[in-house]
Amino acid sequence: MAETVKDKNRENRKIYAPAVDIIETTNNILLFADMPGVNEKTVDVTVEKNLLTIHGMIEPTIDDKLTLVFSEYGSGDYQRVFSLTDEIDKNNIKATVRNGVLKLVLPKTEKIKTRKIEVSGEA
Amino acid sequence: MLIRELERLENLLQPWREFEYINREVFRTLSPVQVEFPLVNLWKNEDKVVVTTEMPGVESEGVEINVTGKTITLRFERKPEELKDGEAYTRRERRYGEFKRTIELPFNVQSDKVEAKFSKGILYIELPRAEAEKPRKITVKSE
Repeated sequence: MAETVKDKNRENRKIYAPAVDIIETTNNILLFADMPGVNEKTVDVTVEKNLLTIHGMIEPTIDDKLTLVFSEYGSGDYQRVFSLTDEIDKNNIKATVRNGVLKLVLPKTEKIKTRKIEVSGEA
Repeated sequence: MLIRELERLENLLQPWREFEYINREVFRTLSPVQVEFPLVNLWKNEDKVVVTTEMPGVESEGVEINVTGKTITLRFERKPEELKDGEAYTRRERRYGEFKRTIELPFNVQSDKVEAKFSKGILYIELPRAEAEKPRKITVKSE
């Protein structure tokens, strides 16, 4: 019962799109998302077909007896969806969270990794 | 691009998100001054004021807090990822650099009793109100 109430409340919460950096390296795509307030238990990363969804839940940290004087940021959940191409190895995506930043390592599939071809001089 | 965003498509299904997106983009493009960073929320009751701020990716040792009378100053640095040869940003939305913010508090605080904690990228600072300024209840004696 309590669970349903909680879920119902959550539906009305605002959802924010976290700011994201994406870096392409030789073997991986790295994704960094600013999600202050989440830890490894409250963040979900899911891959369904070619859709990568990152979702974070925030629990209020402020005591009810305080009144808000001014507010520059809102509190809500985080969500953002990305589409992945076949060039990413979807089974080996790794995720870590530290200081409110989610880091994803998305490995490139073997076939598209840049290959360096040695040029040998003719004798 | 190996990774493409579906945010815009999603937004069409949620009108207020689309509005927020437009709002943010317009602000970003037109505003000559960058939007304040970090963003701050301020809470209070009779005895104390609480300042919370979002600083993801910052180490707690790198945050400097100064309190004098009625103002609090936060100073910190957020470093970008170091790129090696052959690595490149394909999307860059997060802000980097040295930041400083000064906030006016609603009353004087006891600067020696300020407590700050940093967890999950959120800084939480509790500043007790100066004793002399606390509201006092005066009991009326009958003659």
